[in-house]
Amino acid sequence: MNLEVILFAIFALVCISSSILMVTRRNPVISALFLVVNFASLAGLYLTLNAQFIAVAQVIVYAGAIMVFFLFVIMLINPAKEKKFLEYKPQLKIFALVIAFLVFVQIAYIIFIAHPSNDVTRDVAQSVKAGTVEQIGRQLFTNYVLPVEAVGYLLLSAAIGALVLAKKKFQ
Amino acid sequence: MQIPIEYYLILSAIMFSTGVAGVLIRRNAIVVFMSVELMLNSANLTLVTFSSYLGNSIGQIFVFFVMAVAAAEAAVGLAIIIALFRNKLTVNIDEINIFKW
Repeated sequence: MNLEVILFAIFALVCISSSILMVTRRNPVISALFLVVNFASLAGLYLTLNAQFIAVAQVIVYAGAIMVFFLFVIMLINPAKEKKFLEYKPQLKIFALVIAFLVFVQIAYIIFIAHPSNDVTRDVAQSVKAGTVEQIGRQLFTNYVLPVEAVGYLLLSAAIGALVLAKKKFQ
Repeated sequence: MQIPIEYYLILSAIMFSTGVAGVLIRRNAIVVFMSVELMLNSANLTLVTFSSYLGNSIGQIFVFFVMAVAAAEAAVGLAIIIALFRNKLTVNIDEINIFKW
C-alpha cells in the first residue's frame, strides 16, 4: 500500500458516496453542498492523475463559480421539498433504476472488453509533463487558438442569453 | 504499485450512472441540472485519466472546453428556470407543461 493507492481509495469513496447522497437528499441546498464535496474530491483525483491545471480549474470554476450560482438560484426561488423516495410511483422508480443500471453495465462491459491496461502503461514523467500549465497553455494558444476564440464567443452569447431570459416575464 | 486504468474508468462509470438515475428520479428542475453536471464531470474524469495514462495533454485541453460549455449551460439553464418560476411559481418538472396542448 503506497500513498497513491490510499489517496485514490479515499477520494474514490468520497466521490461515490457524495454523488449518491446528492441524488437522494430531498433538500436541494443539501444536494448542492454534496455536489461541492463531489467536485472537491474529483479535484483530488485529478491531482493523483498529475493533472495540476485541471485540478485547480475544477476547484475555481466548478466548486467555486458554478456551485455558488446554483446555490444562489436555489435560495432565490426557495423550492418546496420533494416527496420522499418511497412516495414516488413504483413504475418511475423501477424505470429509472433499471435504465441507470443498464447504462452502467454497458460502460463496464465496454471497459472490460477493451481492456485498456493492456495497451496503456503509465509513464509518470510524461504524464507530469502533460499536465502542467505550461504545456496546456502552449497547446491552447498555438494549435487550439480557434476553439479558444469560439469558446469565448460561446460564453459571451450565453451571458447575453441569460440576461435576456431572466430580465422580465416572457409572454 | 500502479493503479490500473480500469479503476478510474469504473469510478467514472459509477458516477455517470448515478447522474442518470438522478435525472430520471428527481422532479426538481435544479437538482436535475445538478445531476447533468455530475454526468459532465464523470466524462471529464475519463478524459483526464486517458490523458494522464497516455502522457498526452490534449485530453486535458478538451476538459477545459467541457468546463466552459458547462458554465454556459448552467447560466442559460438557470436563467430559464428563473423565467419559468416567474411564470408558473414552481420548479417541479411534472407541473411544467406549457408546451402541451
